[in-house]
Amino acid sequence: MKYCYYPGCSVKGTGRAYEESLLAVLNALGIEYEELEDWNCCGATAYMAMDEIKSCVLAARNIALAEKAGYTEIMAPCSACYLVLNKSLRYMESSKPVAETVNKALATANLKISKKIKVRHPLDIILNDYGLDRLKKAVKRPLKEFKVAPYYGCQIIRPYSTFDDQYNPTSMDKILTALGATVVEFPLKTRCCGSSLTGTLPEPGLLCAYIILREALRRGANVISTGCSLCQFNLDGYHDKIEKKWEPVRIPTLYFTQLIGLALGIDEQTLGIHRCIVPLSATIGQPVNS
Amino acid sequence: MKKEQVRIGFYVCHCGHNIASVVDCKAVAEYVAKLPGVVVSRDYKYMCSDPGQELIINDIKEHKLNRIVVASCSPLLHEHTFRTATEKGGLNPFLCQMVNIREHNSWVHTDREAATLKAKELARAAVHRVMFHRELETKKVPITPAVMVVGGGIAGIHAALTLANAGKKVYLVEREPTIGGHMAKFDKTFPTLDCAACILTPKMSEVASHPNITLWTYSEVVKVEGFVGNYKITVKHKPRYIIEDLCVGCGECINKCVYKDPRFPDEFNEGLGKRKPIYLPFPQATPQVVLIDPEVCLKLKTGKCKQTCLEGCQDRKAIDFNQKERFSEVQVGAVIIATGFKTFDAKRIPQYGYGKYPNVFTALEVERMVNASGPTNGHVVLRDGREPKSIGIIHCVGSRDKKTNKYCSRVCCMYSLKLAHLLKEHTNAEVYNFYIDMRTPGKAYEEFYDKLLNEGVHFIRGRVGEVTDWAYAPGEEGKLVIRVEDTLAGFVRRIPVDMVVLATGLEPQPDAADVQRMFNMSCGSEGFFLERHPKLAPVNTFTDGIFLAGCCQGPKDIPDTVAQAGAAAAEALVLIDKGFIEQEPNTAFVREEDCSGCKSCISLCPYSAITFNETKKKAEINEALCKGCGTCVASCPSGSIVQRLFEDEEIFSEIEGLLVDSANGKNFAGQSSGEKRAEVMAK
Repeated sequence: MKYCYYPGCSVKGTGRAYEESLLAVLNALGIEYEELEDWNCCGATAYMAMDEIKSCVLAARNIALAEKAGYTEIMAPCSACYLVLNKSLRYMESSKPVAETVNKALATANLKISKKIKVRHPLDIILNDYGLDRLKKAVKRPLKEFKVAPYYGCQIIRPYSTFDDQYNPTSMDKILTALGATVVEFPLKTRCCGSSLTGTLPEPGLLCAYIILREALRRGANVISTGCSLCQFNLDGYHDKIEKKWEPVRIPTLYFTQLIGLALGIDEQTLGIHRCIVPLSATIGQPVNS
Repeated sequence: MKKEQVRIGFYVCHCGHNIASVVDCKAVAEYVAKLPGVVVSRDYKYMCSDPGQELIINDIKEHKLNRIVVASCSPLLHEHTFRTATEKGGLNPFLCQMVNIREHNSWVHTDREAATLKAKELARAAVHRVMFHRELETKKVPITPAVMVVGGGIAGIHAALTLANAGKKVYLVEREPTIGGHMAKFDKTFPTLDCAACILTPKMSEVASHPNITLWTYSEVVKVEGFVGNYKITVKHKPRYIIEDLCVGCGECINKCVYKDPRFPDEFNEGLGKRKPIYLPFPQATPQVVLIDPEVCLKLKTGKCKQTCLEGCQDRKAIDFNQKERFSEVQVGAVIIATGFKTFDAKRIPQYGYGKYPNVFTALEVERMVNASGPTNGHVVLRDGREPKSIGIIHCVGSRDKKTNKYCSRVCCMYSLKLAHLLKEHTNAEVYNFYIDMRTPGKAYEEFYDKLLNEGVHFIRGRVGEVTDWAYAPGEEGKLVIRVEDTLAGFVRRIPVDMVVLATGLEPQPDAADVQRMFNMSCGSEGFFLERHPKLAPVNTFTDGIFLAGCCQGPKDIPDTVAQAGAAAAEALVLIDKGFIEQEPNTAFVREEDCSGCKSCISLCPYSAITFNETKKKAEINEALCKGCGTCVASCPSGSIVQRLFEDEEIFSEIEGLLVDSANGKNFAGQSSGEKRAEVMAK
């Protein structure tokens, strides 16, 4: 089966490394995908807050395009996209008026949503479709020196915990363990990263990021793993400000796909690891080069 | 069947506003007056009142009525009332028919016109039906004057003793090796703080020695047959590998066991303590009979053991490694179900860290810890042996929560207060209670809460978000941090503590559904057994002769449990003390000339009331066993089975009455009710 790849805006911009590493890993593992043609904004944050129906319509257009193109499963790596697409489907499922309004809007573009189409996160796909056994076999360079704090953020598992536990998710833990990394006990795995507050209300926003970074270090981690481009941005991008306000808590934050890529033996450049602001070498003794 | 001229009296009840606010009762009475056969038709404010009943009685005499129809509430409530009134008027009580226009109509509809039409149609159906009613006699069936009590917690103990003291034979069945239930595990009881064991154990030994009580511990009900007054119940006795009559509970076998030290988790102490393979659950266990755990006993598990326990037992020879499970079968007239509850599994709320952080305990674990005979001899300690300096008690764990159980478990606020008091007394630690609302609605309960407020226990209002071990402020290092929104102060707090106590809620027993099926009861949506009426029949079930007591019916504290157990015993006593039950005459019989002897009805009868007469080659129904369910009637291919009160003429005439408006003069050929309803709706 070919997954319909819905990138969303962030992995084409600030989260480029996520796309680079994801696609490299998918290629290496032989997971087939195709980017959705003519995709648009998922309808995230701003739209959702202003007008849920319009946000639903935006999200639904993508789903309808995928349906028209004959896909049955959409892969959405950005956790905001993943959430909004899923949320729109649920709204339409649970409310007839919403479904009617959205389909009416879609009809003007000759689109509609009818069959069941699933929106899935790459964590879910790699763990449950590809499988840990196959992943273990594909590992070329086990991540022996990696002590990883698995950080999920909020949107992958809340409010809909479709493939993992809401309070104590473990899918990423399992994948990282399969790669040969040590996963540290990390109680803040679903705590807020600061989200868009880091831009609008920096004080509480940065505090959120600082708490996560500090605790990861205290738990003995030398790298944080995430599956969300906003989390990665918040944890990686504000070290100067955090250092000024509190203390240095320099620890690299990588996408879980980058870690998989490293274990599969893909070179750092392809995986976009050079885009990290806190370099991997900050904590990992030997820079991993192919 | 209409031998005599039918003269029907019809009465429609307003039930105050209950019916009259939605149904135009006067219009119904006026309408029914025009129906064929109706001689008297009245509406009245309360038909169930004495004057209401007098109306019926007088009309029967004055107007020579020979059929009565009452349109009011559900027959479950007042059928008996109106049948009795009919009888007082000089008629056979079964010549009365009820129409439910309250539960089936006024309470569920809002459209007055449509509801009035529905009332007319239902009344018309009953008028048509009652024409074919005939005089029937109730039957008296003798009762076995014994009661089985299932479950030996405080509810079962109290019910059993009440009945036994009234001179009735009682079989008390308990699946654990001892009676006592949850109450035996408690240290003190709220709000009086009297010692649980001190008030419970005298009752336990009274059970053991009572001449009218047969106590079967380590036993379970496996099969229930029969019906009210005559239940046949099969009980399985699990092997304890000890001959109960020979064991005196001296404990010498335990001392002599090849395992010198106790090393297996002790169920009675919630796994906090250890026991040997041969053990007595706790010092006051009743009966005082040890048992052997076959999972860990070397002899039973591997066959290889020095069997030093035998030396301890010496000449008593009470140990029997070859014991097998046994079965007993008893006849009882009534059953009291007192199977209790299980506590909520705290692991289902992972954010509270039970099972992850060693110093997160359940309330029941702490209850054992503060108990002098508990695993720590009454010392409250952390898993590493240190004494806690600060303790947080989290309320509503698995209660009042959409994700787990929506209901309030009723006892947790009070037992949390009790534990707060005991913990403070034992450790002098700072104790915090995290609550949503304090619920203390019992005698002297609020006063107890007030006492705690003055003892320096902290109360923080808010549902706890999480228990975590990540330290943020310096004072939090090495502690468990309770994160909670203090909804009175209006901000999020982080309270570092050494020990967390989870006030877990009460849930139905995991096998409640099996028990429910076995005794033919109903369960509410949360899984507790359903009482027949929440207010007026709180210990009855929908199955006659099966009564409820204690937490199996819903969470409750000890005073309420004992009160309910007493009520259940009284209800059972009322039933069996009479010596007989009057059986509804709605039983089925076989018209021999039509029976083809196909036997299809025999296997379908849920009460095993049908047998096959090999000489006549016909089915025969034992009417003493028949409960009038109608299954055989509907299934008989030749239509040879007839059920009294549900005969073909009665049913067909009722249907006809429902479908055809006979009041418009066209007599069974007029406008159908469907058309009429469409007309009303169109307005």
